[in-house]
Amino acid sequence: MANLGERVLAGDIRAASRLIRNLEDGIPDTDLIMKDIFLKTGKSHVIGITGAPGAGKSTLTDELIAAFRKKDRSVGVMAVDPSSPFTGGAILGDRIRMMRHAEDKKVFVRSMASRGNMGGLSKAVGESIHVMDVLGQEVIIVETCGVGQQEVDIINHAHTVIVVLVPGMGDEVQALKAGLMEIADIFVINKADRDGAGKLYKEVLSVIEMSSRNCGGDGWTIPVLMVESVLEPHKFAASVAALGEKIEEHHQYLVANNLIEARIRNKTAAELNEALWASIMQPVLNELNAEGEFEMMVDQLMKRHIDPYTLAREIAGRYMKRSPCGDGSSADQS
Amino acid sequence: MSRKLRVLIAKPGLDGHDRGAKVLARAFRDEGYEVIYTGCHQTPEMIAAVAIQEDVDLVGLSCLSGAHNYLFPQVTRLLKEEGADDIVVMGGGIIPEQDHAALHEAGIAAIFGPGTPLDAITGWINDNVKPRD
Amino acid sequence: MFTPDLLDKSSQLRRKWEDEVKRTVEKHADQKESWTTLSDMDIKRLYGPEDIKDMDFARDIGYPGQFPYLRGNQVTGYRGKYWTFRMFSGMSTAVETNRRWHYLLQAGQTGLSTAFDFPTLMGYDTDSPRAKGECGKCGVAIDTIDDFQDLIQGIPLDKITTSMTINPPASVLWAMYIASAELQGVPLDKIGGTIQNDMLKEFIAQKTFMCPPDPSVKLISDTVEFGTHHVPKWNTISISGYHIREAGSTAVQELAFTLRDGMEYIEDATRRKGLHVDQFAQRLSFFFNAHIDFFEEIAKLRAARRIWARALKERYGAQDPRSLWMRFHTQTAGCSLTAQQPYNNVVRTAIEALAAVLGGTQSLHTNSLDEVFCLPSDSAVQIAIRTQQIIAEETGAANTIDPLAGSYFVESLTNQMEEAAWDYIHKIDDMGGMVKAIERGFPQMELSDAAYKFQRQIDSGEKTMVGINKYVEAEEQVNIPIVDIDESIEEEQLRRLAAVKRSRDSRYVAECLNDVLTVCKKGDNVMPTVIAAVKAHATVQEVCDVYREVYGEYRDPGIY
Ligand SMILES: Nc1nc2c(ncn2[C@@H]2O[C@H](COP(=O)(O)OP(=O)(O)O)[C@@H](O)[C@H]2O)c(=O)[nH]1
Ligand SMILES: [Mg+2]
Repeated sequence: MANLGERVLAGDIRAASRLIRNLEDGIPDTDLIMKDIFLKTGKSHVIGITGAPGAGKSTLTDELIAAFRKKDRSVGVMAVDPSSPFTGGAILGDRIRMMRHAEDKKVFVRSMASRGNMGGLSKAVGESIHVMDVLGQEVIIVETCGVGQQEVDIINHAHTVIVVLVPGMGDEVQALKAGLMEIADIFVINKADRDGAGKLYKEVLSVIEMSSRNCGGDGWTIPVLMVESVLEPHKFAASVAALGEKIEEHHQYLVANNLIEARIRNKTAAELNEALWASIMQPVLNELNAEGEFEMMVDQLMKRHIDPYTLAREIAGRYMKRSPCGDGSSADQS
Repeated sequence: MSRKLRVLIAKPGLDGHDRGAKVLARAFRDEGYEVIYTGCHQTPEMIAAVAIQEDVDLVGLSCLSGAHNYLFPQVTRLLKEEGADDIVVMGGGIIPEQDHAALHEAGIAAIFGPGTPLDAITGWINDNVKPRD
Repeated sequence: MFTPDLLDKSSQLRRKWEDEVKRTVEKHADQKESWTTLSDMDIKRLYGPEDIKDMDFARDIGYPGQFPYLRGNQVTGYRGKYWTFRMFSGMSTAVETNRRWHYLLQAGQTGLSTAFDFPTLMGYDTDSPRAKGECGKCGVAIDTIDDFQDLIQGIPLDKITTSMTINPPASVLWAMYIASAELQGVPLDKIGGTIQNDMLKEFIAQKTFMCPPDPSVKLISDTVEFGTHHVPKWNTISISGYHIREAGSTAVQELAFTLRDGMEYIEDATRRKGLHVDQFAQRLSFFFNAHIDFFEEIAKLRAARRIWARALKERYGAQDPRSLWMRFHTQTAGCSLTAQQPYNNVVRTAIEALAAVLGGTQSLHTNSLDEVFCLPSDSAVQIAIRTQQIIAEETGAANTIDPLAGSYFVESLTNQMEEAAWDYIHKIDDMGGMVKAIERGFPQMELSDAAYKFQRQIDSGEKTMVGINKYVEAEEQVNIPIVDIDESIEEEQLRRLAAVKRSRDSRYVAECLNDVLTVCKKGDNVMPTVIAAVKAHATVQEVCDVYREVYGEYRDPGIY
């Protein structure tokens, strides 16, 4: 296993793609590999792209790859698509839009299925970003769709978040008010060939003007970019190149204002959280479940033979030298 | 904590007859696999690179242009060069019987001709291809 | 259609019959519960006057050569002239295809038809890295006008019509034909033939594409305009449902998408080129699939004629009766053939061909029994062409015009087809036309759904394919002689191309290509400059690269 980590650090694509697979499959002891990798990360600029399914995110990502490659940046892409809730299978459709870069050794695209709401996806994406980071991808684009909590968690791995909106898809402005506003660093109005692109542009601008993040917060004025239609390939390429510039500008802004620290701090805290969960809660739960104890405890609770708080303390006592919340007496003794 | 089968469905060559490839992509999703589809008009180099980056267990090649004798072995050769010959490669399309032996020789594990029921293909996969550990 | 008296009588008798059916079915249940066409249209046990009582004879049926042309364009039907027996062929090299053409002309074929290899179809030369392994595989490789000259060697261009199945580079191949006619000294108003030149169905179904939809349609309108003014006997677009069906559509989808494609071309040529519909509508022809569901196919072809006539008259204000004619070629369904028990394919093809004839086709290709495996062998082609001759001259099917007209069932099914097709057409109108619908992935998705559903129906046995899911032979030995394309022809073609590139005046070629570029950028008609370029021995790819540069390259969106 350790061998895999060394190979990744040596730039072996095959090892990297295998490691990402292990991360998404939740293979035990992958943390033993990640521990060496983590220390060498932090060099990449991570860009998140989110928006409704069909908004044109993958098409945009494809052109962004081209724009970054023109500037000789290496690019990694993590593209998340939903799994079928019925069969658990998935057709991962993002990659098809990026096939023209398939032979470019400095582009690494990886598709990932969301696998329902079982948790762990955000962790797997975050760790995969680390893998791409140590592989030397200078820019890493994370594409995910929708605005559920899971997607927001994923997108929080990014330094720069792009929200893609399309005219005529319904409740864009509503969605803005409902939370996208909180996460966007750049808005993109896509599919300029559709009716209503200009109107949407104005609406988004006015929502931004009214929002608190515009005047306060990190001080970055959220730009709204109209991207030309992909049906006009030359214009599309030029406007996406401009988007690429804007993304870099945002990154420079974060660096110049020491804001990148804050962003990475949040992400890093989340990682610690996830690691703690994985190494403490998950094994405990696994053990309780394996012996059927968990269900038995639920039975007890149902019958009101015992309360969950006492049970929790009891289990904590079983695994930890020290009770987790303290009982008031031990707090100052340590 | 369980591995899922990851499959790449690819159309090497210049023909655009993607009916079979797309039907297969859907059938595989319905079988519970995670499927990546490349679309039409891909080169063997592109296909091999994607198979590796996506860490798939199986590559299904579909070609109806008659160029399979060149294109299929090219894919297996490139995978081998990258040390990725543990990825199973199967082929489909209009492949005359007389070409099968040479294709098997070149590392194409199975060849499915026109009229093969979907269940026969997924059955073969379930018996012969496991997510690699 | 009927007097109240007759309808009364009919409904009395029908009730009596229905009672008896009920009693019988209680004793002996039907073999299955639902009976549908191949495309899942519900079919009744019996049709009667009630089913077509709302038809108006003059408005909906009429006579041959009369609006709405349900019964055909030609007043004499097949008595004046059978349909054209046109067999699609093309193999390996131009010289080889030329040999096959001479063979077919001797065997009684009346029109020529070419298949090109995939590099040519996609606008690549044999020396492109993308062409490796493909040369001559499914048709003839054409790189330059030199190959083209070999192809038409000994073929009198003023007497024989040629159909070229070519799409993205259609303007280039057509330019080669025109240039060759000029070199043979044949005036352009004497040459006739067809280029497929139908890009919309490529985006929908066959996926042979080069530039995005809108500029692709622009290039097509260029050929329409040039043809209208200079090559008046040429069919500039063969609007094709064949491939839509092969990609898995239903009969109604084939009908609706194909006709809506045709409407898109009319709209573009009138809007972009300022042509009047009557100036060019007669040069549009159609190409349909004849699948295995006999009556469904006949109804589809009859409905197609009527929809087109109505659309041309009512939507586009065509005045000339000839503009209202839908002329079409038909090919039997390749996707209905099986590699298993391949001789059954002869039977399938014969039935499909008969449907095409009863549907009133003007031209027909019958598939060879070995087409599932490879390029057809000479002996298989012979059976296929004999099939057409037997239908024409032995069966009597061609004696009478539109012999199924007035059939309660066939008229009713024809109406049903037409109605369902208009529903799709209006839906696409609402999306802003076919180009917009394609950009949204609408027809692609419809096809993908239909194809998957059909495959599931075959797998579950709900639909039958003999030899595939029923009457399967366990240990089948297929003994079909396979036509093998010699791998060495690629090298030969590479040598030929290299020789042409060496001997031509490359400065002049570059100038000509630059002229094409200028014209593309200005948005003018490309044809004159392309003709000049191919005469200067510019290759197919060199011209296509100019198109790609100006219009951008379209990549498969892979909609599933
Ligand atoms: N009309 C139009 N369609 C676009 C544009 N950009 C992307 N699309 C199409 O929208 C569909 C969905 O695009 P995709 O990039 O896969 O969207 P995603 O689901 O957000 O990743 C595809 O068919 C694209 O071709 C655009 O600018 N105009
Ligand atoms: Mg996407």
